[in-house]
Amino acid sequence: MADFKGIPLIESSEPAEGVARRLSRREFIKRVIASGAVASSASFMVGGMAGCTPRRAAVAGSVERLLSLNVNGQLRRVDVLPQETLAMTLRYKLGLTGTKLSCDRAECGACTVMIDDVTVYACSTLTHSVRARKVVTIEGLRGPNGELHPVQQAFVEELSPQCGFCTPGQVVAAVALLKKNPKPTREQARHAMSGNLCRCGAYDNYLNGIMRACGNTAEISHGV
Amino acid sequence: MAYKHLGKDFLPHDVVAKVTGEAKYAEDFRVEGMVFARLLNSPFPHARIRSLDTSEALKMPGVLGILTADDVKNPPAPEQALLTNEPVYVGDPVLLVAAESETLAQDAIEKIKIDWEPLPFHVDALQSLHPDRPNARSDGNVGAGGVEFQTLKWTKEDFAAAAPGQMPMGKAAQEWAFGDLEATFAKCKLVYDESFVHGSNSHHSMEPRSAMAYWQNGKCFLHVSSQSQSFIVPALAGMIGIPPTDLHVIAEFCGGGFGSKGGAYALQALPALMSRKIGRPVMMRISRAEEYYNGSARNGFQGRVKLGFGENGKLLAADLYIVQENGGYNSFPDFRNAADALSMVYQPEAMRWRGMPVHGNSIRRSAQRGPGYNQLVHIIEPLLDKAARELKVDRLAIRLLNAPETRSPVGAKRTPVASCYLKDALAKGATQFKWDERKKLSGQRTGSKVIGVGMGQAYHPAGFNGFDGLLRIAPDGKLFIHSGVGNLGTFSHSSTSRVAAEVLKMDWDDCVVIRGDSRKHLPWNIGQFGSNTNYTMTRTNFVAATDAVNKLKEIAAKQFGGSPEGYEIDGKRVFSKASPGTGMTYAQAAQRAMQLGGKFDGHELPADINPMTKASATALAGTGLIGVAKDKLPLDGAIAAYAVGFVEIELDLETGKYRILDYVGVADCGTVIHPAGLETQIKSGAIQGFGVAGLERIVYDPQNGLPASVGFYQAKPPTYGDIAQLMQVSGVDKPDPTGALGTKGIGEPLLGCAAAALLCAISDALGGHVFNRTPVMPDMILNHAAGRSPSHRPLQVNCQ
Repeated sequence: MADFKGIPLIESSEPAEGVARRLSRREFIKRVIASGAVASSASFMVGGMAGCTPRRAAVAGSVERLLSLNVNGQLRRVDVLPQETLAMTLRYKLGLTGTKLSCDRAECGACTVMIDDVTVYACSTLTHSVRARKVVTIEGLRGPNGELHPVQQAFVEELSPQCGFCTPGQVVAAVALLKKNPKPTREQARHAMSGNLCRCGAYDNYLNGIMRACGNTAEISHGV
Repeated sequence: MAYKHLGKDFLPHDVVAKVTGEAKYAEDFRVEGMVFARLLNSPFPHARIRSLDTSEALKMPGVLGILTADDVKNPPAPEQALLTNEPVYVGDPVLLVAAESETLAQDAIEKIKIDWEPLPFHVDALQSLHPDRPNARSDGNVGAGGVEFQTLKWTKEDFAAAAPGQMPMGKAAQEWAFGDLEATFAKCKLVYDESFVHGSNSHHSMEPRSAMAYWQNGKCFLHVSSQSQSFIVPALAGMIGIPPTDLHVIAEFCGGGFGSKGGAYALQALPALMSRKIGRPVMMRISRAEEYYNGSARNGFQGRVKLGFGENGKLLAADLYIVQENGGYNSFPDFRNAADALSMVYQPEAMRWRGMPVHGNSIRRSAQRGPGYNQLVHIIEPLLDKAARELKVDRLAIRLLNAPETRSPVGAKRTPVASCYLKDALAKGATQFKWDERKKLSGQRTGSKVIGVGMGQAYHPAGFNGFDGLLRIAPDGKLFIHSGVGNLGTFSHSSTSRVAAEVLKMDWDDCVVIRGDSRKHLPWNIGQFGSNTNYTMTRTNFVAATDAVNKLKEIAAKQFGGSPEGYEIDGKRVFSKASPGTGMTYAQAAQRAMQLGGKFDGHELPADINPMTKASATALAGTGLIGVAKDKLPLDGAIAAYAVGFVEIELDLETGKYRILDYVGVADCGTVIHPAGLETQIKSGAIQGFGVAGLERIVYDPQNGLPASVGFYQAKPPTYGDIAQLMQVSGVDKPDPTGALGTKGIGEPLLGCAAAALLCAISDALGGHVFNRTPVMPDMILNHAAGRSPSHRPLQVNCQ
């Protein structure tokens, strides 16, 4: 396996050796720096956008490599830059715009996806690091006949979203929680969801949705 | 009164798209040939461009064009410039670069050479009024929210007259008064003279204000993040320099606005201007950090208030002076709204207000949920508690004593309010919260933890009139309700449309709400802001549906004889009252309308509707029975919404942190039309209030004018960890006599009452100490608990 400053670049069907299952923020930043993506001194740097244009203009110092990604159960072959984030690949190359970018720096959770059933912030995950791993986005949660996932259905019934921008992240985080803990208490759900911001403040409605989805109806609280 | 739809929950049509990720926001659209644009934002709080050299950037392969201030038509100062050669805050957009990729655009920006002349600046409005201190702008320092743009300084004597820590009060830009202030203060038993600060806080909308534009056949197609749909079209078209009919705005979803995306804003227009210049579709993404530079925030206050109470706790006299820091450009009249709130919520016999909107070299300010009205109660409610303590009056009793009622006057013009059930809300909340028992917990201590309880009230105007309704009964009998209001996330685009179904007695399954895209032939509606949607939009839908009912009856009368008054509807058919078997279905009536033409199918339109509505109705003409009308329903008095909140906290004196244990919120919003929608608004409004009261602040480096709060984590909005453990909600549910079917707005005061309640509870836990400053941060609590002086100077703003 060829290696470029610690980043495996050649397509491989095997999990990359040494790639931590859960990439830390520190590790992510180290890798981005190594890839040269933050060479600019711009005050308002946006990471991970190089090459993300329909015309695929060549960007100095960056070379796209063809990768195979497992996204929502499908094999997707896509050209990816060394410093490209999963959020940008999903949104700008695979057309999966349900994964939202709000902070683009691992603060808010709007871009939450699952990698092998564990939630990660796609804005702070390098696409290269998820090769041969199972990526599930908001678009991958519906059932085979298009039916809503129980969490989605419960969020509809509890009128959980308001503006809806954080909702895909909230849904994915809740689905991952229920995979790990099928019947959480409201308090456990509150802690599990705390990586997802909702500026509208619809937290109580999301918690009600999770309680409904997992059948813990005793802890649904409308307080009316 | 029993309704078919109002007061009942329903499935809003846009909620499934939100949980599946199918909802498309501005940055989710792609167009063939789309390129990216990046802003060069000012690195200086105030500076002038001496020379600008873009030649190297333009030579770079893939760079497509640069838009500078010289390419755009800026509105007259102090309106927000589209692009500027004299930026007035760090982040003020200077120019825009378009390139094949976003990184390339950013690299090109690095190649642009600008010779800057730094100019004097300030980040403290009060200080800048000193004759020796600089102004934020070189062409004036005062003016916003309807106050004339001018230069107005105070004298050194004005500053010298104030005691240490007290706000000086020089000449005001605007003022009003009623009653005999001096005589009323003279008869007061208790008088406070307090100086205060209300901080700024970002809107923190989850969706950054990205926008994408392209042109086809001379028309501009613009995907924007906007709370409002029809309302922004004329102003936005003006910024682009085209007639409103040449602009198509697509804003089906908006990822949060909270006031900051209510009207048209400059960043929406820039991709359209760039796209026209380079002939390519342009996506302009705005980053989270940029949101804190060129986004917007609530107006900050420095102020002074003198309050005079009678022996029983009645507020008799009030003298309010507010210096508003409104950033470098025009902003909202929070400083004036605050005075209306004081006059409304506490009903003083005599009152004076003075206001001074001052430009500062900090982030652009705009309306934020309860602009001014909420800041006011955040300051006054804890002072009301202070008076209650001193006069030995119960805190609920002092509020009930001062609270307004229906027809109570508001503001300088003493306009009576159409309805007010604030006292009912207080009583209902007190019962639900068990105030009489809970207040005994006040000050109860366990180790380092102490219990505090508090309540807060808030008020906001809640509706307008004069906008248009437009709907169509299709030849298959379905009802299409066209709504131009916008999608703020409250689902009120649909809950207000249900009024049309109510009037036409139709099943909701037979109704479709048409909205989100100006190509869909939408009427002229006000934007979705200012707690007005419920009131304003139920009226427009009511008049349009009433027009449709009248037309149904006329068509039946033409068909079967007799007068229209002899006919009735049942939701499916229009039929003779005398002989119910004689009649026709809505579908048949719609087909007949198309045969009859004229007013029935939209070929003849009322003369008084807005040109936008006229164009939309004309486009629909001939496709069914058209119901269209301007809202001219009577409006007697000011429309007002009220809310109260009760909160219990457990405050740790060793850390300055507190846990919110319980929250009760009650709304006076007239008839409750959508209970689930109201519940979520009461709860989530409260959560935003907790953020304003105790978490969020904007910090500026006074030496360099640089913003220090440029991420969620530096200006933290509430998270799952900050919410109340238990939240109870209810509505007074008494109809407003002037609203269509009795409903009125509610959005804004739901934040204010909760923030005020929390501030009162903090004060209560600290034995009645009032900070006269919002937000109350943990370090302030800790310093107070430890007997240390605060880390900020009196009246200091934009600080930690």
